[in-house]
Amino acid sequence: MRPLDTVRYGLSSLGSNRVRTALMLLAMSIGVAAVVLLTGIGNGARLYIVDKFAALGTNLVIVIPGRSETANNTPATLIGETPRDLTLEDALATMRSELVHRVAPLNIGELNAVRQGRERQVPVLGTTAAFLDIHHLNIARGASLPEEDWDIARPVCVLGSKVYQELFGREPALGELIRLGGYRCRVVGVLATEGRSLGFDTQELVIVPVAFAQMLFNTSGLFRILVEGKDLQSLARLKKHIVGTIANRHYGEEDVTIITQDSILATFDKILRSMTLTVAGIAAISLVVAGILIMNVMLMSVAQRTAEIGLCKALGGTRGHIMMMLVCEALLLSTIGGILGLLLGFAGAWGIAQIYPELTTTPPLWAVAAAMAVALGTGLIFSLLPAGRAARLDPIRALARH
Amino acid sequence: MIELIDICRTFAVGGQEVRAMDHVSLTIGAGEYLSIMGPSGSGKSTLLNIIGLLDTPNSGTYSLDGRDVTSLRDEELAAMRSLKIGFIFQFFHLIPRFTATENIELPLMLAGVPIKRRRERSAALIDSFGLGNRRHHHPDELSGGQRQRVAIARAVINQPAVLLADEPTGNLDRSSGAEIIELLEELNQGGQTLVIVTHDPEIGERAGRRVRVVDGRLASDSGG
Ligand SMILES: Nc1ncnc2c1ncn2[C@@H]1O[C@H](COP(=O)(O)OP(=O)(O)OP(=O)(O)O)[C@@H](O)[C@H]1O
Ligand SMILES: [Mg+2]
Repeated sequence: MRPLDTVRYGLSSLGSNRVRTALMLLAMSIGVAAVVLLTGIGNGARLYIVDKFAALGTNLVIVIPGRSETANNTPATLIGETPRDLTLEDALATMRSELVHRVAPLNIGELNAVRQGRERQVPVLGTTAAFLDIHHLNIARGASLPEEDWDIARPVCVLGSKVYQELFGREPALGELIRLGGYRCRVVGVLATEGRSLGFDTQELVIVPVAFAQMLFNTSGLFRILVEGKDLQSLARLKKHIVGTIANRHYGEEDVTIITQDSILATFDKILRSMTLTVAGIAAISLVVAGILIMNVMLMSVAQRTAEIGLCKALGGTRGHIMMMLVCEALLLSTIGGILGLLLGFAGAWGIAQIYPELTTTPPLWAVAAAMAVALGTGLIFSLLPAGRAARLDPIRALARH
Repeated sequence: MIELIDICRTFAVGGQEVRAMDHVSLTIGAGEYLSIMGPSGSGKSTLLNIIGLLDTPNSGTYSLDGRDVTSLRDEELAAMRSLKIGFIFQFFHLIPRFTATENIELPLMLAGVPIKRRRERSAALIDSFGLGNRRHHHPDELSGGQRQRVAIARAVINQPAVLLADEPTGNLDRSSGAEIIELLEELNQGGQTLVIVTHDPEIGERAGRRVRVVDGRLASDSGG
C-alpha cells in the first residue's frame, strides 16, 4: 500500500465521523496549546526578571559581613567568635581602586516616623547619595542626600512618595521636620513614585545619611556594602580587591561574603527555567490524556469498522497494512491537532503580549518541538493497541457481522 | 487447480466441538463452474472460506495452483488472496464513504498500484459492467443489483483465477439476481473458475457441476 493512499484512507475515515474527529482534535490541540502557552509565559517571566536585574547593573558587587561558605576551620569559628562588623572605614577603603566606580554603604532598620500626631512604622535606609544613583531612584522634589563625608551624621532624610503622602498629605514637606526614632530630622527630598527595587517598595522608604542611621540604630556596623565596578570584565579582579582590602583591615581574616549580581541572576535564571519546565510538564499531561482519549475512540471506531477491516483482509490486506492504516489515522489526528494547538497557543501568547506588553511571551523553539513530539508520540503509542486489535481480527467473523 | 484433501475444520463453541468440515476432499479444475448447495449450517460458507484462504483447516492439505497453502504466513496468504482469489459476498461489503470507483479499486490500493493505473483498470470495468454513470456514486446511492455489480468489479479487478461467491443473490430480488448470475457466468466463460454457494435450486442447477454439502460432508457431486 502506498503512503499517500494510507494517508488518504485515514483522512476519509476521519472525515466519515466529523463530530468524533473534531472532539479528538480539540483535546489534542488544547494539550499542545497549553504546553506552548505556558512555556511561553514561563519563559517570558524569566526574561522579564532577568532583564530587570540586568537593568540594575550586572557589575554590582554586594559585600555582606560574615562568611557563608563552610569554612569551619578558621580560628575565629573555633573559638565561637562572631564575625567582625563591616564598618564605614571598610567601605571607604574599598573605594581606593581604579576598578571601583562608586560605593554605597547600607544600613537598614524599622523606626517610627512621626509628624504632627501622624505616626507610621517605616523601613529606614542609611546610605549615601551613590545608592540612589546605583538603583536609578529619582528625586521628585527637593534634593538627594548631601554629598559630604560619610561620617557626618546630618539629620536629614529623603522620603518615599507613599511615606510623604501618609505623613504630609498634600502639604509641602521640604524643609519640614519629622521625628525618626528619638531624633528630629529635616526632609530634604521626596522620591519619585516609581517601582520596586529588589524586594523593597521604594515608595515606603525613608532614606537618611549612613552615619545618622548608625546613630539611630545605635550601631557601628553596616548591613552591607554595595560596590559598583567600572565594567563587567574586571568583576573578578574587583571581588579579589574587595576581599583583600577588607581582610587587610580585619587582621587577615576573610570574613565577608561577596555576592555578585550575575550570580543572583544565574540563580533566578535557573529557578525560573526549572519552573517553566515543570509547568510545561504539567501541560504535557493533558497531551497524554488526549492520547488516552484517542485510544478509546479508536477502539470504538475499530469495533464499528470490523466489517471494513475484515474486507480489507479478504481483499489482500496484510496485518501490517491494517496496522499502518490505523496508526496513520491516529498520527494524522495528532498532527492536525498539534498544528491547530500551535496556532491556538501562539494566538494566546500574542493575546497576552497585547495585555502585558513588557512580557515577551513567544514560546521557545524547544517547547514547540517538544509539544509536537509528545503529541505525535502519544498518537503513535496509544494507537498501537487498537491497531493491533484490528490487525488480529478474524476476517470471517468480521465479515459475518454486518 | 484447487485440490482439497481430507479437510477437517472444527469450531469450539462453549466447550463443545462443532465439526463444520468433516474429511472433505474436493478437486476443482481451472475454468470450472461449480455450485455448492445444502441446508443451513451444513458448512457451505466454511468450505468457501477455506478455498478463499480466509480460514485455515485443522487438518488435511490444500494446494492451490500446485502450491501447498495449508501453512502459509499472513503476508503470503494475503498475497495469494490478492492475486488469485476474488470474493463476492451476500451483503456486498462496500465501504460506505468510498465512491463506486474507489470501492472497485480497493484491492489495487492495498496491493500498492499507483492511482493512475488503478483509474485505467477500474474505468474499463465500470464501462463493461454498465456502471458508467454511477462511478462517483456512493453505495447508499446505488440499487442492490448495482452494489453487487460494484462488488463483482472489485473482485475481478486483479483478474484472479478463482471467483468465490457466497450467496451473491441472497439480498437481491429475482430479476437483479438473475442479472448478477448472468454476469458471473459471463466471467466464467471468459476463463475464470466460478464457485457459487446458494440456497436457490434454480441458480444451483445452472452450474456445470453441482456439489451438495450435508453436515460438513460432501453428500453428492455431479462431476469431478
Ligand atoms: N466462527 C465460528 N465459530 C463457531 N462456529 C462456527 C463458526 N463458523 C461456522 N460455525 C459453525 O459451523 C457450521 C457451519 O457453518 P457455515 O457458516 O459454514 O454454514 P452454512 O452452510 O454456510 O450455513 P448458511 O446456509 O446458514 O449460511 C455451523 O454449525 C456454524 O454454527
Ligand atoms: Mg453461509
